[in-house]
Amino acid sequence: MSAKERILAKLGRSLAGTTPIADDYDQALVTTPWTYAPEQRIPRLRELLEAVHGETHLTTTDGWPARVVDALSARGIDELLISPDTPHGQQFAAHIAAIGKSVRLKSYDRPVEAWKDELFFGTPASLTGTLGGISATGSLILWPTTAEPRLMSLVPPLHIALLKASEVYDNLYSVLQAQSWAEGLPTNALLVSGPSKTADIQQTLAYGAHGPKELIVLILEDA
Amino acid sequence: MNAPAIPMTFKCRAHDAVHDAQLRRNFRGAMDFLMAKRAAQFPDGDELERLRSFGNAVRARALSKLPELLERLETNLTRNGVKVHWAETVDEANAIVHDIVRAHEARQVIKGKSMVSEEMEMNHYLEGHGVDCLESDMGEFIVQLGNEKPSHIIMPAIHLNAGQVASLFHDKLEVDYTEDVDRLIQIGRETLRRKFYEADIGVSGVNFAVAETGSLLLVENEGNGRMSTTVPPVHIAVTGIEKVVENLRDVVPLLSLLTRSATGQPITTYVNVISGPRKAEELDGPQEVHLVLLDNGRSQAFADSELRQTLNCIRCGACMNHCPVYTRIGGHAYGTVYPGPIGKIITPHMLGLEATKDLPSASSLCGACGEVCPVKIPIPAILRRLREENVRAPDDEPRHMRGQGSKYSRAEGLAWKGWRLLNTSPRLYRLFNLAATRLSALTPPKLGPWTEHHSAPKAAPRSLHELAREHLGED
Repeated sequence: MSAKERILAKLGRSLAGTTPIADDYDQALVTTPWTYAPEQRIPRLRELLEAVHGETHLTTTDGWPARVVDALSARGIDELLISPDTPHGQQFAAHIAAIGKSVRLKSYDRPVEAWKDELFFGTPASLTGTLGGISATGSLILWPTTAEPRLMSLVPPLHIALLKASEVYDNLYSVLQAQSWAEGLPTNALLVSGPSKTADIQQTLAYGAHGPKELIVLILEDA
Repeated sequence: MNAPAIPMTFKCRAHDAVHDAQLRRNFRGAMDFLMAKRAAQFPDGDELERLRSFGNAVRARALSKLPELLERLETNLTRNGVKVHWAETVDEANAIVHDIVRAHEARQVIKGKSMVSEEMEMNHYLEGHGVDCLESDMGEFIVQLGNEKPSHIIMPAIHLNAGQVASLFHDKLEVDYTEDVDRLIQIGRETLRRKFYEADIGVSGVNFAVAETGSLLLVENEGNGRMSTTVPPVHIAVTGIEKVVENLRDVVPLLSLLTRSATGQPITTYVNVISGPRKAEELDGPQEVHLVLLDNGRSQAFADSELRQTLNCIRCGACMNHCPVYTRIGGHAYGTVYPGPIGKIITPHMLGLEATKDLPSASSLCGACGEVCPVKIPIPAILRRLREENVRAPDDEPRHMRGQGSKYSRAEGLAWKGWRLLNTSPRLYRLFNLAATRLSALTPPKLGPWTEHHSAPKAAPRSLHELAREHLGED
């Protein structure tokens, strides 16, 4: 018998004569305390993100590229990892071309193995979209894709994320339902709630552990 | 701290810990901090109680169909491209990991935080086979650097203060001495970033394995979990067979209970849901994902409906944060991977009662652990049950535990039988009372361990019963 068969046989014997407990999932318990009036959703999300050192800005579909440029120049950063295959990546590239600013744009257009060194040690900032946000916990939803791979929101020290105001949900349960997560998940699905942090030394909170040191969330109020 | 030459018992270690003022201060401060953080996350007591009942129901439902869910999990993970392995013992689990390591000729392994890998002593095992196994969680990294073991399941380096970490970094990493925590974390970040970059294999634990979707869910704040599961070409997740939940939505209440109970956060920085290796068109992520499902005594706990509740645990650590014993002796005194109340009830299944016989009694049964447990494990009741298993005759049937009767003593058994007789027979009881009160001068001055810290009890000249009868005018 294999280890699997032996384990399952033991567990099976232990359950002999019992019936499985019915699923009486009480969705009200995980939704009612975490439901907000539409005008409260974004303030709450911002409050929670800022409480964990996330930076948030209200902006618009046309105005956000200028905000990105401001954020980069305020930090003395002159290059940005973007995806040329997303509408927002293209919009930002067009904005840079139009203003004639010298922000060097990099794209994650080859497997990580082909440029791991540069990604790890020479890429100060990245810009990605999101699939929405969650008011209850101040979280962003990311489903990394070929255009915006997993490490894009993890390795660069500064992560700038775009969030459409219309895609801010009340709570995780409503996201799972609205986006039908159980019917098909990507290789990696993420909730991101602030820049990386740790309190492992004497319970003293420090930001910038292994992931981004800073997270900037640009909320597009008209999208 | 190197392994002591003579194995110390729990009592010796606890004695030393209680007299270590620095350790006491470090733990007291940390526990007060964690208790306050948790309390702030649950302002509504009703919501907390309803959610705890819900969490308990979700876990109990999963366990009530565990074999079926494990098979469904394997089917769905396999469909997603994840290779599933089963191990009854830690040796089997280590051998599985080693086989994968060998197949890839891997030299460097980077680990996210995983208590199951601590159960396996995976670092030690792999080092014995010439493979470097580096911890990447900041707390685990510190503990490994100091050649120590974690003293808490959520905050592994909780027994150290910033000054102690500063000295350690100065000695081992040859950096300038600094007690600035931000600077210390940046030193850790720079050291480990290079290691994430170089590692051949990433190892992680699992917080919840979702049968419905074939997904592994991990929570963390640092990003080392995402790094370990994304950067190296191979990811090996190790977890206990009890960690499975039925549906993705079952994660919602458990996640809320876990992060709020553990560190007092509404959510951790990252919730990382992994459902497969890198697809052909994808540009990063591991090419291979493995899951090792470990039994290691869990099926023994599972066999008994009372002890089975031990497996509800979602490893939040709230029981240790609220435990007066843990707070005073710290995590190392237990000498086990899982310290504190949960450790006292899960470890006997992993190591047997012979090796853990002192643990069920290392409790004042104050009940705090049971009250805060987010999935309502009746820890005090299970402690009492394990005390019983400890003193049942070794050959008593049915047998529930390896090491049953490890504290069994015929003399003690007889003494308690006598006690029962005395207390159920009024005539004998009166006779005993008479003897005890009139002959109280003969009470021995030393009564074993009791008189090490207390004065010996001495009976009053007349018993309460006598006084009461006299007061009521009875004879």
